[in-house]
Amino acid sequence: MLTIICGHYGSGKTNLAINMAIGWAREGRKVTLADMDIVNPYFTSSEYSDILRRNDVTVISPAFAATNAEVPALPASMHSLFDTEYDVIIDAGGDDAGAKVLGRFSDRIRAKDHEMIYVTNMYRPFTAKAEDSVNIMRDIEAACRLKVSSVVNNSHLKDLTEASTIIDSLEYAKEVARSAGVPLLFSTAPRDLISALPKDENFYPTDVYVGTIWEKGEQRCQK
Amino acid sequence: MTEKILMKGNEALAEAAILAGCRHFFGYPITPQTELAAHMSKRMPKIGGVYLQAESEVAAINMVIGASAAGARAMTSSSSPGISLKSEGLSYLAGSDLPAVIVNVQRAGPGLGGIQPSQADYWQATRAPGHGDFRLLVFAPSTVQEMVDLVGIAFDLGDKYRMPAIILSDGLLGQMMEPVVMPAGSNTKVPERPWATCGHGGKREHNIINSLYIDPPNMEAITKARFRKYEEIKEKEQRREEYLTDDADVVLVAYGASARISRSAVDMARKEGIKAGLIRPITLWPFPDKAILSKKAAKAFLCVEMSMGQMVDDVRLAINGKKDVIFFGRTGGMVPTPAEVLKEIKKIKGGI
Repeated sequence: MLTIICGHYGSGKTNLAINMAIGWAREGRKVTLADMDIVNPYFTSSEYSDILRRNDVTVISPAFAATNAEVPALPASMHSLFDTEYDVIIDAGGDDAGAKVLGRFSDRIRAKDHEMIYVTNMYRPFTAKAEDSVNIMRDIEAACRLKVSSVVNNSHLKDLTEASTIIDSLEYAKEVARSAGVPLLFSTAPRDLISALPKDENFYPTDVYVGTIWEKGEQRCQK
Repeated sequence: MTEKILMKGNEALAEAAILAGCRHFFGYPITPQTELAAHMSKRMPKIGGVYLQAESEVAAINMVIGASAAGARAMTSSSSPGISLKSEGLSYLAGSDLPAVIVNVQRAGPGLGGIQPSQADYWQATRAPGHGDFRLLVFAPSTVQEMVDLVGIAFDLGDKYRMPAIILSDGLLGQMMEPVVMPAGSNTKVPERPWATCGHGGKREHNIINSLYIDPPNMEAITKARFRKYEEIKEKEQRREEYLTDDADVVLVAYGASARISRSAVDMARKEGIKAGLIRPITLWPFPDKAILSKKAAKAFLCVEMSMGQMVDDVRLAINGKKDVIFFGRTGGMVPTPAEVLKEIKKIKGGI
């Protein structure tokens, strides 16, 4: 199975990709996480290669990831994604600009069993309205020549996230999925908030991996 | 809007400028300030503003000069090598007594350097942002919320003192996301600029905006007047935040992203019973030397920077030899960790 994670800049694609990759690996599945973000060099999944590898996730990174150079190039090993028994997660770059690189592989992706998840956060200004979020999603689809198959609601306010933060976003998330004509896969929630959330909604417990060096001691996953 | 939203530092700088009444942005692409210009390119056309990608950094800063001279609140942004290119224009802004806000999302240098975060443009911002006798207001935010707040202050103080202001950010602050509250209501009413060259309509004398002074005695007098203004700013506009400094024997001095790291290190030190504290300069010029001098209990100062040690000069000038001033930093795109800073605190603690 090949899972592509796309969305607006800062929607939380990378944190979701890391959570899913580590989650699957802990279930005993063989997982490859491919960092295909070559438009923004900060806070990419390649930066978290160490923790991913410690959790038995194979990581494929852009050619000059985590260096001082800005060379938007993919290594030949990216081609292995289409010829593997592993479950593959592709962490795309933000917006249509970041998704464009996927277009080069669109034929090979379409030839495989695949899904494309669109991540959205109501608290990001450019995706705060469902209509605007769907417009960004359509731009992404056009840029990579692939269709989104489901929406993930990743509405949060970092360490200020409370149960109500997530509950307030549920209607928005459903509206995004409805307008996009695809199912809402789940809403993400910090692990320690799951018990405070409605039982009849679908939540995916997440840990915080993506953050600055001084947040590492403050964030939920470390508590 | 009083609700919290989640923004990257770069986006917040752009949106805050719009809320401060800036409708003229001129830029040229460079990493890691990209999102600032990208945000302006999306927002300005929707609110009747100008987003213009110039043919170069030099062109962009000269467009800022023109817009400001005509009375508009104008902004440009870049990252380190691009700021070097703008230095001639910065000097002309200062020599013409024009307000404007210039954002530097610092990356590693010298030269082409690299795209990872850095604070190695401290000397450039506070000492020599361009040729000639002049100063700029220099602000150093350390949270995304503070970026929002300082952009408005930079525009307002720029207008008050008729001088350009720099927001000295870095790649890490620019790219990271934090929840912010945007100021309620847009301050689109820019202060009156009676000096602007916006058409006299036959009702007043010509205004002249110029940085060429033919007569040396006149130029000396104008420069001296400017420096009297700088003295007033040094007296009135020093800003800093202090954290656990009252009883601290080791006082860290750090700004921007380094201050966030240093604050974590102070917390770690306190847990081990070490009396550490932090002074975080918010204005780098004027440098908050009064706050540093007032720390009578301090036995030593530790300056933490993402550079080879540049602000340490200002700390030493403030202390004037009375106490030890020690430096710790990483450079070249490397970021110090709280644990590394704690190790330095312990080293100092062992020697006092």
